[in-house]
Amino acid sequence: MTRLAGNSVSRRSLIKGSAALAAATAVPTGWAIAQARPVKVGLMLPYSGTFAQLGENITHAIELFIAEKGGKLGGRELQIIKLDDESKPENAPQNADRLVKRDQVDVLIGTVHSGVQMGIHKVVAESGTLTIVPNAGNVAVTRDLCAKNVFRSSFSNWQPAYGMGAAAAKKGYKKAVWVTWDYAAGAESGAGFKEAFEKGGGQVLPNLTLPFPQTNFQPLLAQIPGLGVDVVGSFFAGGGAVQFVKEYASAGLKAPLCGSGFLTEGTLGAQGAAAVGIETALHYGDGLDNPKNAAFRKAFKDKAGREADVYAVQGYDAAQLLGIGLEAVKGKIEDEANLYKAMRAAKIDSPRGPISISPAQNVTQNIYLRKVEGGLNKVIGVAVENLADPGTGCKLA
Amino acid sequence: MALSGFLAQLLNGVQYGLLLFLIASGLTLIFGVMGIINLAHGSMFMIGAYVAFLVARHWGSMWLALPAALAGGIVLGLLLERFLFRYFYKREHLDQVLLTFALILLFEETRALIVGNDFHSVAVPALFDFSVPITAGFSYSAYRFAVIGICLALAALLFFWIERTKMGAIIRAAAEKPEMVDVLGIDARRVHMTVFAIGTALALIAGVLAAPLYSVYPNMGDGFLIICFVVVVIGGQGSVSGAFWSALIIGLVDTLGKAYAPKVAGLAVYVLMAAVLLWRPSGLFGQQRT
Repeated sequence: MTRLAGNSVSRRSLIKGSAALAAATAVPTGWAIAQARPVKVGLMLPYSGTFAQLGENITHAIELFIAEKGGKLGGRELQIIKLDDESKPENAPQNADRLVKRDQVDVLIGTVHSGVQMGIHKVVAESGTLTIVPNAGNVAVTRDLCAKNVFRSSFSNWQPAYGMGAAAAKKGYKKAVWVTWDYAAGAESGAGFKEAFEKGGGQVLPNLTLPFPQTNFQPLLAQIPGLGVDVVGSFFAGGGAVQFVKEYASAGLKAPLCGSGFLTEGTLGAQGAAAVGIETALHYGDGLDNPKNAAFRKAFKDKAGREADVYAVQGYDAAQLLGIGLEAVKGKIEDEANLYKAMRAAKIDSPRGPISISPAQNVTQNIYLRKVEGGLNKVIGVAVENLADPGTGCKLA
Repeated sequence: MALSGFLAQLLNGVQYGLLLFLIASGLTLIFGVMGIINLAHGSMFMIGAYVAFLVARHWGSMWLALPAALAGGIVLGLLLERFLFRYFYKREHLDQVLLTFALILLFEETRALIVGNDFHSVAVPALFDFSVPITAGFSYSAYRFAVIGICLALAALLFFWIERTKMGAIIRAAAEKPEMVDVLGIDARRVHMTVFAIGTALALIAGVLAAPLYSVYPNMGDGFLIICFVVVVIGGQGSVSGAFWSALIIGLVDTLGKAYAPKVAGLAVYVLMAAVLLWRPSGLFGQQRT
């Protein structure tokens, strides 16, 4: 997931927010002390740089859920410790180490950037710290590198693209090509698209790629007329997505463009008329009509002062998942066996619709088909219901 | 493969090649006239691209970046020559490489301090934000036509300057026989400063033009620098016309290779360079030394 925004000067900031410090008890007994120690929740998210707003939205949503529960989950107070990961993969192991070893967090929620996620994963796979991934979609985290203490409340890169491939095949398209950056997320989403499209009877040509984060799309676009495809799928995000959608529209190609939802997520203002009519697939969208979504969007707007987005939903569900686990063990986070058991069995009422946790601990969820209309990604149907990532290579039973 | 696709790829190749020429012409002159292997030349390109990004972010359109790159490039080139490179002409190549490598680090760190390490895209200027239909099934971006036009105009100016002016004649002489210029009593320092100023300004302008096409990101100059060294080697050091033709050849080979034989495209330009080195060790247009 990449989204371009105004940049800000890099800074390393360790913001300690003591959200709900234990209330002062007059003369605490030993029992009271044990119970009163709040659960330490480390938020390792980007609070500066390109992804700052994603990190902030995730944080707002987590705080919103905790506040809705009266500041306690499973009867335990929570202490939130925020760490700006700056979306810097090179600092990730060190930053994760700081939360795990020095701050001794009970739970780590993070992060947005896939590269940083790999750094976190290395640390928590070793320390065994409960970790919930609120965005990064690299498939490895819930496939071959899966760990019993690592859950994901967002998506795997494979999922939205698989939904798009299924929807495109259902429309009767027979030949497609996937256009993307030459990096992990591009390849993982391309694999999802191909799998579903070919299952639906279509044929997918080898990916057209360019190095990340270049935007020299013209040589790729010029190849498309000669390929004889009747649909073009793509994975781009942020500024790259803006430019790709605009250049695609102005190239006058006959094959319609579709893609993983990030192609038109948070970019519609800049894409303007070029994006109108593009269909994408994602686990969230505009105009999802369910009471939970309506309530969440209103509460989020009251708190954050802006509209909720898919990142906010993922953050909210990370907190919901933690809540379900802590309720089940009555706040005794040390009771790992039962905590994980409850989290694996979680049935979450998410703003995106009902979701559950797959055996490899990724989210099983509806992938919605959306169409760009009036500046919104309007949900026009369900591309695939209850889609689970295959979790290939994960040994968690 | 459809004809329209081939036409578009030809245009892409020409456009890429012309952009390479803007960078490589300065590189080849600096190398030819002063014998400096200027690794920091790629940083000039990077600076130009970031100037375009900053200008576009501030004023909504990047046009102002072109005069800024021209003026800034001349000043930067003069300063670098006067205070650094001047002391390195007589030093070994290893010292020059160390100096220019250090400059890359300095420029990249400065860039990180000012705009950070994120990558950014730069919007195509509104004036050229449309496309021209070249066949029924494909339209080509007007901005790319504009880039081709601007590069050709700059190339024409450069040729006029090199071929028809006195300073140009001196520079050509200096590139072929540096000692002759000294013997003739010409102020070599003025020649050096001019070459540095023009070369640096051209690289900055190339960066500005490239920003909407390639987006801006840290170390973006490195890839372009390497391919421009290939251009210089094939064209022959110090030869501006050599750089022009070899930049076009490289642009076309690379672009068409990526389109029609993607598996070997990465290698194609280097194989070409090796072949040229075997056949004409001084490059296609360089003076053959025996």
